[in-house]
Amino acid sequence: MPSTRDIRRRIKSVKNTAQITKAMQMVAAAKMRKAQQAAVVGRPYAQLLNEIMAEAATRTVGFDHPLLTARPVAKRAVIVVGTDRGLCGGLNSNLFREAAKLDKETTIYITAGRKAAQFIARTKRNLAAEFTYKDTPQFAEARAISKFVQDLFLKGEVDAVDILYPKFVNTLVQQPSLTPFLPIGKLAVTTGTNAPAQELPTASTTDVFDFEPDEETVLGELLPHSLNFKMHQILLETKASEQSARMVAMKNATDNAKQIIKDLTLEYNKLRQANITKELLEITTAQMAVG
Amino acid sequence: MAATLKLEIVTPDAKAFSDDVEMVNLTGIDGEMGIYPQHMPVMTQLVAGEVVARKDGASIILAVGDGFVQITGERVAILTDMAVKADDIDEAAAEQALQKAQARLAQKLSDEEAATVQAAIVHASTQIKVKRLTKK
Repeated sequence: MPSTRDIRRRIKSVKNTAQITKAMQMVAAAKMRKAQQAAVVGRPYAQLLNEIMAEAATRTVGFDHPLLTARPVAKRAVIVVGTDRGLCGGLNSNLFREAAKLDKETTIYITAGRKAAQFIARTKRNLAAEFTYKDTPQFAEARAISKFVQDLFLKGEVDAVDILYPKFVNTLVQQPSLTPFLPIGKLAVTTGTNAPAQELPTASTTDVFDFEPDEETVLGELLPHSLNFKMHQILLETKASEQSARMVAMKNATDNAKQIIKDLTLEYNKLRQANITKELLEITTAQMAVG
Repeated sequence: MAATLKLEIVTPDAKAFSDDVEMVNLTGIDGEMGIYPQHMPVMTQLVAGEVVARKDGASIILAVGDGFVQITGERVAILTDMAVKADDIDEAAAEQALQKAQARLAQKLSDEEAATVQAAIVHASTQIKVKRLTKK
């Protein structure tokens, strides 16, 4: 049976843990708001980009670009977007379970975030490159990843590129999701991850656009740019997912710790009372013996 | 006939400008373009520089970065990585950013860093240029 001092020590240690998890919860909550905000402000841009791409598509029937062309898929690349740090509940493990389902032989992996790189290395999969991104993902970081896979694709080393990332559904739910990245396929299908499905202005479909200097040049710039932007949106969304998952995980941890403290306090009080009763008994017995 | 154009300037950070204007002047990849309502639909690349919008006889001047422009008869949509109103430009800050970027350029940089620094230089120098133009 543990002594009162043992229990006191345990209560203190659990209290310390609760303090830490509580602090992490607060930090994650603050960061989550920022990350969600960052994911939202890109929406008008994504929407306009989509409109422009869609309208370009109506005009460019028969126009082909290497980034648009689908090929038979012999080898494909998957960009796994994970987090840098742990303690965010099942976010990474759910993601990696999906990653593990992909065929080891024909898939090469590109990772963003340290945890993802560790997982791919640990399971001895084919890791082509690993990237990092900051707490507030920069456009340049997204461009680096996007450019790397575009090069792979254009050189013919892979025939398709997908992105696996924790899709932000809401604060409580993050869904591992595999979205195609390359080839773009039909122009009209290309959407930014956060773009709300809004109908395009109907008038524009009847317009015929002139491209200056020509469609090849404009689309040649527009397509990689839209991919870079999509990658950036995905990084932002992953951050939002990470912070929400961490906040929820830390909240659960804090709640658990509080419950344990309550149980331990009860046990401690019981033990303390038992000890007092025992001492009283001893005193009275001693008195009776003397008297 | 529509007497106004809807000018929309969107950056990844925000919707920088959205208003009805009478005319827009901007720099495309093939040179400067003046756009009036009922302009023929055009899509082109935008070169960093100034965008001048005319509304009620007054000029609104913005400094913009590289990007894309989509023009229809009633709308001009500009997609760019930077857009600052001339009045909001802090010339000293831009000057400082420019110097800092140029100093970084002298160091050894990876491709990606170089691209970022290059973009910063373009942004800063465009802002300075536009600010000086508007002062006169």
